[in-house]
Amino acid sequence: MTEKAIRRWIDLANPTRFLALADAMLPWLLGAAVLTVAVGLAMGFAAPEDYQQGITVRIMYIHVPFAWLSMFCYTVMAASSLGTLVWRHPLADVSLKAAAPIGAVFTALALLTGSIWGKPMWGTWWVWDARLTSVFILFLMYLGIIALTRALDDFGRSARAAAILTLVGFINIPIIKFSVDWWNTLHQPASVFRLDGPTIHPSLLWPLMISAVGFTLLFLALHIMAMRAEIWRRRVITMRRLAARRAEGEAA
Amino acid sequence: MLALFLREIRLGVRAGSGALTGVLFFLAVVAVIPFGVGPDLNLLARIGPAILWIGALLASLLGLDRLFQADREDGSLDLLLMADSRHMLALTVFTKCVAHWTIGVLPLVLVAPMLGLFMNVPPLGLAAATLTLLAGTPAITFIGAVGAALTVVLPRGGLLVSVLILPLTIPVLIFGVAASRGAVADTDLFLPPFLILTALTLFFAVIGPVAAALALKGAAD
Repeated sequence: MTEKAIRRWIDLANPTRFLALADAMLPWLLGAAVLTVAVGLAMGFAAPEDYQQGITVRIMYIHVPFAWLSMFCYTVMAASSLGTLVWRHPLADVSLKAAAPIGAVFTALALLTGSIWGKPMWGTWWVWDARLTSVFILFLMYLGIIALTRALDDFGRSARAAAILTLVGFINIPIIKFSVDWWNTLHQPASVFRLDGPTIHPSLLWPLMISAVGFTLLFLALHIMAMRAEIWRRRVITMRRLAARRAEGEAA
Repeated sequence: MLALFLREIRLGVRAGSGALTGVLFFLAVVAVIPFGVGPDLNLLARIGPAILWIGALLASLLGLDRLFQADREDGSLDLLLMADSRHMLALTVFTKCVAHWTIGVLPLVLVAPMLGLFMNVPPLGLAAATLTLLAGTPAITFIGAVGAALTVVLPRGGLLVSVLILPLTIPVLIFGVAASRGAVADTDLFLPPFLILTALTLFFAVIGPVAAALALKGAAD
């Protein structure tokens, strides 16, 4: 059983197999993502308002999934870097490069929605609190990784470089997760994933969980789409190089 | 390793290196701040240690892109890479970092108290800021080695190094400034942030050279 699973994982290393699988999976994944996000948001609008925050609590249904995905995406990238450095899986590098811009956008959206939520609740767009600052650093690191993956034109080199940078930057993820516990600042502490169970009422928790699952599916769909585009891009570049070499050979 | 250290020092001291330029840059950055925030001595005394830290951070980023690039240009980087079987590459990188720090950053730490006087920082604050700089700046060099190794193949990687490295150095800056403020203010403590700063330096002294060695091996093929 496990051997079979490993076998299939290795089979995926063949980009053509991956492309076939991606083509087959993508419509379903995308459909499920849109459906789940729609259901989650609809439930979010049907859920009761918070007695203190009023209608602004509805921002939570997009803010929390974005924030959670900004960290999830980086974790996916760190796992891909391990795949590049340890197993030299040829698609791990594609996965890392494809995930970086998506993660940057999710992080930017998390910061933006948080800012819009913070204005009525905290009375300010931005505070230099531990959680906000560490997420902002995460955003900067995404941009740095994107810059590095685009700076080198050799795929192999850029893969290793980006993987090393991603792994070094992974230190930030636990800092973000625990920043609200270590430093007692303005951002509220964790209220969903706690050892003693969530402190948030089920009527608000369910829409939040469903919309989080929906956005995660959306991320996976976008990620596979971006990976597919990246594989195609590399094929085009390789074919162009071959064509150029052939033309040179004919000329000489 | 000692021979390598001495070679780096000798190369660094000779003309054409960035050692003195770094100190001048530090001087310029610190001198520009009072023009920006106004010559209010009380305010300057309060933010003085922070200015010293930011100046030292920027100045130590300045020469980082040359850390491996000069060696790559004259081919000695390949020799260092090939000697990996005799001397672990991470150890070589560590030695280079220590030498780079001695040449490029230690002078900054030494002139920091003098610049702090311009900022009207009290003597105790001066001592604390210098001590935190002494303990914290090696971490910046070790993190910087990763960036320098990643961008060694790029012809103009200098700016990219700073962009990649700055987010990672923020914890060092936070605890460095917190410790130097803790020495002066009554409400804050000096020792806890200072110990965390030292821990960061030790942590990056391991992570930095190992990651940089990995990156250098990836860059040379």
